[in-house]
Parts: sequence; C-alpha cells; structure tokens
Amino acid sequence: MKKLRSFIRFLGKIEGLPVAVVFVLLIVVFIITAPDVFLKWRIYMSFLQTVAPPLILGLGLTFVITAGEIDLSFPAVVAFSGYVFTWAFRTFSEGIDGSLAALLALGLALLAGGMVGYINGILVARVGVPSIMATLAAQFFWYGVTVLLAGGLQAALKTIEENAVHQILTGRIYGIIPNPERGRIGIPTQALWALALAVFLWFILNRHKFGEAVMFIGDNPNVARVMGINVEATRIQLFTMMGVIAAFAGVILTMEMRVFYPTQGQGMLLPVMAAVFIGGTSIAGGVGSIVGTFFGSYIIGSLEAGVVATGISGFWVQLVQGVVMGASVVLNTVLGRGDLMVLSERLRHWGVPMRSSGFTQEALPPEHGD
Amino acid sequence: MREESVPYALRMINIEKYFGPVHALSNINLEVGRNEIVGLIGDNGAGKSTLVKILTGVYRPTSGDLYIAGRKVDWRTYNVQRAHEYGIETVYQDKSLGEKQALWRNFFIGRQITRRFGFINVKEEKRIAQEVMLSTIGFRGKGITVDSTVSKLSGGERQGVAIGRAMYFEAELIVLDEPTVALSLKEVRKVINFVHRIKEGGKACIYISHAIQDVYEVADRFVVLDRGEIVGDLRKENVSLKDVDEFLLSYAHGLKDRRE
Repeated sequence: MKKLRSFIRFLGKIEGLPVAVVFVLLIVVFIITAPDVFLKWRIYMSFLQTVAPPLILGLGLTFVITAGEIDLSFPAVVAFSGYVFTWAFRTFSEGIDGSLAALLALGLALLAGGMVGYINGILVARVGVPSIMATLAAQFFWYGVTVLLAGGLQAALKTIEENAVHQILTGRIYGIIPNPERGRIGIPTQALWALALAVFLWFILNRHKFGEAVMFIGDNPNVARVMGINVEATRIQLFTMMGVIAAFAGVILTMEMRVFYPTQGQGMLLPVMAAVFIGGTSIAGGVGSIVGTFFGSYIIGSLEAGVVATGISGFWVQLVQGVVMGASVVLNTVLGRGDLMVLSERLRHWGVPMRSSGFTQEALPPEHGD
Repeated sequence: MREESVPYALRMINIEKYFGPVHALSNINLEVGRNEIVGLIGDNGAGKSTLVKILTGVYRPTSGDLYIAGRKVDWRTYNVQRAHEYGIETVYQDKSLGEKQALWRNFFIGRQITRRFGFINVKEEKRIAQEVMLSTIGFRGKGITVDSTVSKLSGGERQGVAIGRAMYFEAELIVLDEPTVALSLKEVRKVINFVHRIKEGGKACIYISHAIQDVYEVADRFVVLDRGEIVGDLRKENVSLKDVDEFLLSYAHGLKDRRE
C-alpha cells in the first residue's frame, strides 16, 4: 500500500501525464475502431504536418496564459506574417538566390510578427489596456492590414520548393519509416522544429529567469513587483515573443501550403486555446505546462481525422471533441498539479461542497464556513 | 570598523511626501540602530505604508534624505533592487510570496542563482533553500519540502519563509509590514518567534503594525505615526504596554488633535 502510494505520488509529479494518458487512450481507441487507418504510418505523418503550426502557436500561448494574459491576435499574425513572407520571397527571389531570398523573407516575417507582438505588449504593459481588448483589436486590425496589402487575393509561392530553407523547415525526411506500400512516406520536418521549440521553451519556462518571472507575474503581479521583477518589461517581452512565434507558425503554414491566403489562421484561435487548457495551463495564471500543451495540441489535432476515420458520421466530430476536451480539463482540475492523491478525496466528496478548496469556501455563506 | 563608526542601520532626515496636494508624510526623522527592533505603530492611513514604500524603493519622497548604514541614498537611482543591495528586505502582509510557486522559487525570485544565459541553477537553489528552511528559521512543517507550493503553508509559515529569505540575503534591516494581520493567535506566535531570530541574528527590524499588542513583546522601541507625522518615540524600558496603549488611544480618539 505504501509502495503504491509513493508510486502514485511519483506519477503525479510527471508533468503533463494526464494529457499524455488521454492522448494514448485516444489513439488506442482509434486503432481499435479504425484499424485500417490507424495501423498505418500515413495518418501519423499527416498529423505531424497539420499539428505543427497550431502546436507552435500553443507553445507561445502557454507563456501568455501562464502570465495571466491572453493573446487573441495570433491568427491575424499567422496571416500577416504569411503575407510578409510571401511578398518578400517573391520580390527577392527575382534578384537573388532562392534560399537566400527565403531566409531574408523568413527574417522579415519574424520581425513583422515581433512588431505586432511588441505593439500588443506596449498597449497592455504601458498603456494598461486589458490584454483581451488590446489583442482583440489587434486581431481585426492586422487581418485588415493583410487583406488590404494582399488586395484580398491569395498568392502562390511557386519556386519555394526548390530552395534549402523550404527543405529544412517544411521538407520531408525519407528512409526512416519503413514503407512496404506504394509511395514514399517522409517525416515532415516542421514536426521536428515544433518539437525542438517545445523542448527549448520548456527550459525557458521552467529553468530560465524569464519563465520564472512569467510564472510569478501570472501568480501575482504585486508580489513579482516587490520582489524586483520588472513586470512591464517582462510583459512586453512576452507579447513580442508570442508575435515572433506566431509568425514562425505562419511561415511554416504558408511554406507547407505553398500558397498564402489572406484568411489563413482563421479558425485556429479556439483549437489552440483548447489545446493549452487541456494541457493543464491555468486560466488563472501562474502555472503553465509545455508538455501538456504538446499533447493537448496532438489530441485536438487528431480528433477530427480520427473520428471521421472510425466511420461514424461526421456530425459526431464536434460532440466527441467536446467530450474529450471536457474530460481532459476535468482530469487536470481533479488531479490538481502533481497530486494524484487528491483524486480519491475529491471523489468521496462528489457533489458535496468541499471545505478544503479555497474556491468553494468563499462561495459558501459564513455559517457553513466552519 | 563599519559597525562601530556607523551606529545606525538606517536614518531618515526630514522626509516629506506629497501625493498631489495630499501631504502624506511630513518632517519624518527616524533612526534605527544596527540591532534594534523598532515597532512602527499607527492607525490606518497614518502613513506607515508610504514610509515603508519610500524606504524600500517603491516610492520616491518629495524631499528629504535617507542614509542606509551610513551611505546616503541617491533617490534618482533608488529602486527595489538597489534597496536589496543596500540590505533592506521587506516582508509584506500578503504579497511576499507567489502562492502557486514552489518554495525554492519563492526563495530566489528576483535574484536567482544562474548559469550562463540566465538559466537557473535549480540544484543549488533547492539546496540552499532547504538549508535555510531547516537552520535559519527552524522549519519542521510536516510534509513540507522545498518543492511544496506556498499555498500548502499556513499564514505564519509563509511569513517564516519570507523572513528566512530576508535573513539569508543578509538583510541589515528587515521591514515587516503588518505581518500578522489575518493570522490566528498560534500563527502570530510563530511570526513573533521569527522576529526574535532577527534580533538574535544581530540584525535590525522595523515591525509595522496598527496594534501595539503584536509588537510590544519583540520591539525595543515604539515609534508612533499619526496623520503623516511622528508623534511619539518611546523606549520599552520606560513604558508599559498600558502606557503605550493609552498614548495610542488618545490619538485614535482625537483627544490630542494637533491641528485645531
């Protein structure tokens, strides 16, 4: 019994474990219900490709939400940076080498994203506009700018495939996955970049001064301030970082599609936010999980294709998505952070307001308070 | 030696603070000895918090001088970090610790032990935090480790962590800003014990409170603040708890209204 307890406690300490378990269960269910699809490599390669941009966005958003802020403007940055990239590449590639042009275009796109983020940061940290308002306005504004600049038209990146930047960022690595069937199956490199970014950002959040500042600000900005953290500067850096990351996702998306759409990124807002929350990042701020966001993004990204592949009607997709999201968030809340023991206690109190939780305590009238 | 040549941990000379037309502090002259515990007492709105915020680099005074361990403070560059460098640490009633963060993080927040590129040396931070928990403040809470989040600690324990942190960073002067508000009697007892450790450690302390009962036991001297002015400076040898209490009450009831 004691061994079991310490084992459970050990499990509770593993970051993102509940979401990882949900993800594995989900895949197992899909393998059972749709073996034709889920016992082959192709569907997984497809996930690796499609999940990369929202995952990258989710990683950045994890920081923003951990800091107790929100950024609604990242879909617009995906479009705006995609435009900047496409315009720059088409302009430069006429004169110079394609790879160099792509590299310059990438740099400009990241810069553009950083600029959008920086302006968000200034509005939030210096002017004092609540981030939900500032970034909502930014979302409309930058989509507007993109549509105007692009003249409402999509633009193709015809020669992009010929250059090294495309190969490195959104190419395919062949020869690793055994493939007895016809056709070649390669691992999309953007998935590796997303993974690398996840590892890097995990260290920034959990092992770097910046990440610690973000957590304390999200926890309580007054504490952060009196402990000598420059709250305003950190917030500006945070939004700038989110802008750059969103621009990176935008470039990856544009390169993969080889076409820029002025509306690209639309529809990503809610799935990306859902992935972050599924992963256990607290909407109240102060606590964020990069590992959770990683698996959360894959859960969200594999649901639609998975449900459709099982053969049940496409009308079920949203319902199943809702159930899985709900279950993940409930699991996270119930388990708390790193304490599986709480679960049994909570279950015993099922439906009965608990005294041990600060929230219910406040909600109760004083006579029940003690 | 520095200790002998400069008998004061802190000296404020003619500090004035206006917030627009509001005269928040007027003509504040206050000294705190190197190993002295001063109880700063005053009702709500007396200017205690303003005084502390000036001292700790959050506000800048309108005029006046501040000497810390004999060094004159340059207001233009004085801020929270600088105050830390000068050895002034503050323990606030409720905003000293990040509740959802691990103890070791709270210990080093704002001045982390870092490796290259600003990455935190987690192992070292945990080791030191552990050591301070056990030795400096005698922390023996059951099931509480440096990895526990602050939310698992009681109110008194939280103040203990904040005081322990201040002592570890070799604070010459620890400012306790109403550390026992909203604590149960048992928890207040813990905090009082932590304050005794400050005295034993040879450091100075300003203990701010609106209730004399909290500070009487630990303080060597009581400074009474009323409507932005220092109206009383009483040494403990010369007064009983009752005397101080009556003195305070006379102000609270406006019996000694200085501004007729």
